[in-house]
Amino acid sequence: MTTFLTSLTERATQPAVGVGSPRIEAWDKVTGRAPYAVDHPVPGAAYAWVVQSTVARGVVHDVDTSRALAEEGVLGVLWHGNAPHLEPVGDPELMVLQSPRIAYRGQVVAVVVATSPEAARGGADLVRVREEGTTADTVLRIDHPALYQPVQVNAGYPARSAIGDVDAGLAEAAVRVDATYHTPAEHHCAMEPHATTAFWEHGCLVVFDSTQASTAARDALAGLFELPPQAVRVVNEHVGGGFGSKGTMKVNTVLAAMAARLVGRPVKLALTRQQLFALAGYRTPTIQRIRLGATAQGRLLAIGHDAVSQTSQLSEFVEQSAVLSRHMYAAPHRLTTHRVVALDVPTPVWMRAPGECPGAFALESAIDELASAGNWDPVRLRIDNEPPVHPEERIPFSSRHLVECLRDGAERFGWSGRDPRPAVRRDGEWLLGTGVAASTYPSITWPSTALARATADQRFDVEVNAADIGTGARTVLRQIAADALDVPAHCVAITVGDSAIGPATVAGGSTGTASWGWAVTKACRLLRERIHRDHGGRVPDGGVAVRADTTLDVRDRPEFSRHAYGAQFCQVRVSTVTGEVRVDRLLGVFAAGRIVNPTTARSQFLGGMTMGLSGALLERSILDPRTGDFVTGDLAAYHVAVNADVPRVEVSWLDEHDPHLNPMGVKGIGEIGIVGTAAAVANAVHHATGIRVRDLPIGLEHLVPRSR
Amino acid sequence: MKPFEYQRAGGPASAVATMTHPGAAFLAGGTNIIDLMKLGVTAPDLLVDVSGLPLRQIEPLPDGGIRAGALTANTDLATDPVVRTRFPAVALALLSGASAQLRNRATIGGNLLQRTRCRYFADVTKACNKRRPGTGCAARDGEHRDLAVLGGSPQCVATNPSDLAVALALVDARVELLTPDGPADMSVHELFRLPGDHPERDTNLPPGALITAVVLPATPIARLSTYRKVRDRSSFAFAAGSVAAALDVRDGIVRDVRLAFGAVAHRPWRAYAAERMLRGATATVDNFERAADEELAAARPLRDNAYKVPLIRNLTVGVLRGMTEASW
Repeated sequence: MTTFLTSLTERATQPAVGVGSPRIEAWDKVTGRAPYAVDHPVPGAAYAWVVQSTVARGVVHDVDTSRALAEEGVLGVLWHGNAPHLEPVGDPELMVLQSPRIAYRGQVVAVVVATSPEAARGGADLVRVREEGTTADTVLRIDHPALYQPVQVNAGYPARSAIGDVDAGLAEAAVRVDATYHTPAEHHCAMEPHATTAFWEHGCLVVFDSTQASTAARDALAGLFELPPQAVRVVNEHVGGGFGSKGTMKVNTVLAAMAARLVGRPVKLALTRQQLFALAGYRTPTIQRIRLGATAQGRLLAIGHDAVSQTSQLSEFVEQSAVLSRHMYAAPHRLTTHRVVALDVPTPVWMRAPGECPGAFALESAIDELASAGNWDPVRLRIDNEPPVHPEERIPFSSRHLVECLRDGAERFGWSGRDPRPAVRRDGEWLLGTGVAASTYPSITWPSTALARATADQRFDVEVNAADIGTGARTVLRQIAADALDVPAHCVAITVGDSAIGPATVAGGSTGTASWGWAVTKACRLLRERIHRDHGGRVPDGGVAVRADTTLDVRDRPEFSRHAYGAQFCQVRVSTVTGEVRVDRLLGVFAAGRIVNPTTARSQFLGGMTMGLSGALLERSILDPRTGDFVTGDLAAYHVAVNADVPRVEVSWLDEHDPHLNPMGVKGIGEIGIVGTAAAVANAVHHATGIRVRDLPIGLEHLVPRSR
Repeated sequence: MKPFEYQRAGGPASAVATMTHPGAAFLAGGTNIIDLMKLGVTAPDLLVDVSGLPLRQIEPLPDGGIRAGALTANTDLATDPVVRTRFPAVALALLSGASAQLRNRATIGGNLLQRTRCRYFADVTKACNKRRPGTGCAARDGEHRDLAVLGGSPQCVATNPSDLAVALALVDARVELLTPDGPADMSVHELFRLPGDHPERDTNLPPGALITAVVLPATPIARLSTYRKVRDRSSFAFAAGSVAAALDVRDGIVRDVRLAFGAVAHRPWRAYAAERMLRGATATVDNFERAADEELAAARPLRDNAYKVPLIRNLTVGVLRGMTEASW
C-alpha cells in the first residue's frame, strides 16, 4: 500500500477519522444558501395545499370542487373521484385519494393546486367535502378487547420470547417489582416540514424531497406510478431533520407528484406544522408492565416485560418496546411480549430509538425501583447482572462495555458515596436527587453502494446516496473516504442525497455511518487497487472510477449480537412549593465503537440526550377521543425543551474497538443518546422526592404537594 | 383565506374613527392577531395598523405613578428603571412572558387584549362559545389541563394568558382609552371580565375603543411586590399558574397585602378574600395557608386541572413567606 499514488504529492499526514471537524455544509446552512426541498428554484412552479378529513372513521360521499376551481389561480383539485390510479407498494398510508374510506382524522381527502400558495390555500377552503363519520375508537387501553399479539414486531423481531418460567422465578425471588409505565404519543417536530418539489419531464419523475431515504422513496414512487426505477429521481441534498418521520415516504411526496402530473408543471407542496401532526407519523403511546425478581444478593432471577401499543386501521406498526429487555441483563427466567390494537388513528412511525426509547423508560425505571426495594446501589445492581453472552440468543456480543460506561460515568459524575435515601437533600425550597439509567441501541449495517472516482488532477469524487439530516453524514463520509484513499480530506469531494447516485440505505436506525461508510470504504479501496494495479499508481487522463456494493459483505458477516451501550446520569431539583422539575446536570457515557468525528458525534449524543430530557419532562401529544385528533397540534402546545431547560450536559465515550462490525469499526450514534435519559430523569426525581412517576411526561400535576 | 384591507393609522382619533367600519380590527405588535388570522380564528375585513402612533412614552408621574403609552414594547416597560423600582411585579411579569424576540415586538396595550390560548378556541373545526357563540365548549370535557379553576361558566373555561394583566390587577392599574365618544379611562378590574353567558367578550372595552395608555397609579406597597410564574417548561410558555404579591409586614403583622392569581380564570384574579383575611393578621405560614384556602374555596377544577388549586395555594404561601423573610 505504501506505493499507492506514488506520483501524488499529497499524502495524508494523519488519519481523518477520529479528528473533529465542523460540518462541510455548515456555512451554507447558517447563511441560508443550503436549499431544502421546496427551496429549489424551478420555473413555473405551482403550489399544492391539502384538505383533511374532519372525522376519524367514515367515508367521503362527495367532494364539490366547483367553487374552488372557480377561484382565481386554482389550476386543479384532486380527490378520490379523479385522482390517478396508484399501484400498491406495501404501505397503505401512501394510497392517497384512492378510496372514499376515512381511516383517521386529518387524512387527506383532496388536494388543491394553484399558481400561488395563497391561492391554493384559498381554494382548499372552498372545497366542500361531504363526509360521514361513524363512532371512532381512538384510545389505547391496557384492557382494550381488540389487543392482539402480532407475528412479529418492528425490525423483524418475534413478538414474544420466553426462557424458563418467569412466574416461578418471581415466586422464588426475595425482592420483586411489578409496575406499569405509560409513555405518551410524541411527534418528531423536525424543523423542516415534510415538503416536496415534483416535476415530470419526458415521462420521468423528478422530486426534491425532504426524506431520510431517497433510494427507498424512488422505489416507492416508481411502484406507485408504475414507472421503471430509473425513470424516477429523488434528490435530498439537505434535509432539515427527520428523527424517523421521514424514514419512509409520506403522502406529501405522492401528492406533489400527482399534482404535478395533473397540472403539467412543477408543484411544490410543504405541509404546515399543524398538518404534520396527522400526516407525518408519531411515536405510539405505550403501556408497559415490568416484573422483576431478584435474590437477596441482588441477582436477577426473572425479567418480564409486556408492552402494549397502537397501530392504525391501515397497517400494522408494532413498536418493539420490550426487545431491549431480551439482552440488557442476565436472568434465568425471562418473558417479553408485545400486543397491539388497531385504532382509528394515523399510523405510528419510527421516532428516534423506536422501541428502545419507550422500552428503556420502563425497564430502567423498574431496575431503579428494584434497587430501592432491595436497598442496592443502582449502578452496582446493573453491573452485578451483566450477561456474558446474549442471554436469550446465547450468541456472543461483538463488544459490550456497559459496565465500563457505568463505572466511568459514576466516576465522572461523582456517584460514589451517594446517599440512597429519597427526599433528604434540600437547597432552599428545592429537593435534589440523582439518578442513573443504562442505554442500548442495535448496531445495524445495511447494504449500500458507493462510487469513487479519481481524476488526473489528483482529486477524488466520492458519491454515496446518504441522507444528511443534519447529523454531519457527508462530513464523516468524507473523512472515511479520505482515510480509505490515504489522502487528506480536502482532496475528496463528497456528494450525497441523490437517488441517481445508486442504491443506499436510510438515514435511520443509527445505520448510516456504518452502512454508507462501508460502501465508501470499499469503493475507495477498490479505486486505490485499480489505480495501482492497472495504472501503475498514476491516474490516467480520463480518470478512474469504481462502484462498490456491500450486499454480500454485510450478508456474510458472522453471527454476533451487535449493540452500542451507554449510561446516563442525571441530577434534578424539584420545587417543594410548585412541583417544578429542573434538570441541573446530565452526563452520558457511551461505548459505541469508533467515533469518526468527535465534533459531530458529540452533537448527536447531546441532541439525543436533550430530546430524552424533553420527552421526560415536556413532550406529549394529546389525542381528543371525541374527535380523534391531536389537540396539541402545533409548537405552541406541543412543547419541546428550550435552551433554558437544558443544563450542563456532558458527553463522553469510551475508546471502543470492535472488529466484528464493519471496516471502520463504527456502531452508530444517532439514537442511543435518547434511550436511557427519561429513566435517568425519572429516577433522579424519585431520589429527590420519593415520588415514583411512571407516566411520562413528568409534570406539575405529579409533583405539586397537595397536602400541608 | 379571506382578503382584507390594511390601513396605517394617521393618528389615534382617525384610527378610532375607522372602527366604525364593520369587521375592523387594530393591529399593534401583531404577535397574536396575525397567528389567529392564519388559523382562521379571526378574519377582519380591515386591519388598522396603530403601531406607528406616538404612544410609546413612559412617563413617571409626580405622585409616584407611571403612565406608559399603549404601544410601549413589553421589553421597554420591563427594563424601565422607574418601573423596576416602583413596580417590580410589573417588570417581572413582563420578563416572564414569551421570548426576547416577542417581548421586543409585542406592545403592552396589545398584551392586555391577547386572546386565550385554549386549544379549542384556536381550532375552527371545534366547538367554542368564545369563537362562535352557541356552538358549545369542547374544552370542558376535553383537553383542559391549562384552563380555568376559578370563575368559569358552563359556557367557557378559558384563561386569560397575560402575565402583565396579573401584575396590573395587583396595583389597580388603569387603562386610558380613546373611544368614538372621546377619551375615557377604566380600571383593569373593570376591563377584564368573567365569561358568564358571553364568553365571546374577553373584556368590557367599549366598542371601537383604542387603549392609548396604561397607568400604574402611585402604590407605595408595590415597591415590595413580586411575581412568580410556574410552568413545566422553563421559558417560553404560558403559566400553569402565577401569583403576583405585594406585602407590607411590620413587627410580624401584615399591615397591607395584595395578591393576584394568573392562569386560573378568564381574568386576572385579584384575591380580595385572602387579602381581607391577612390584613392585620400575624405573618405566619398558617395564616398564609388559611388565606389562600379561603380564596380558593371557590375553585371548581375540571377533570385534569385540579393540580392548579394546590399549585396556587402553595405558590401564594411560598411567595408570601419569601417576602416575609426578606423583610426581616
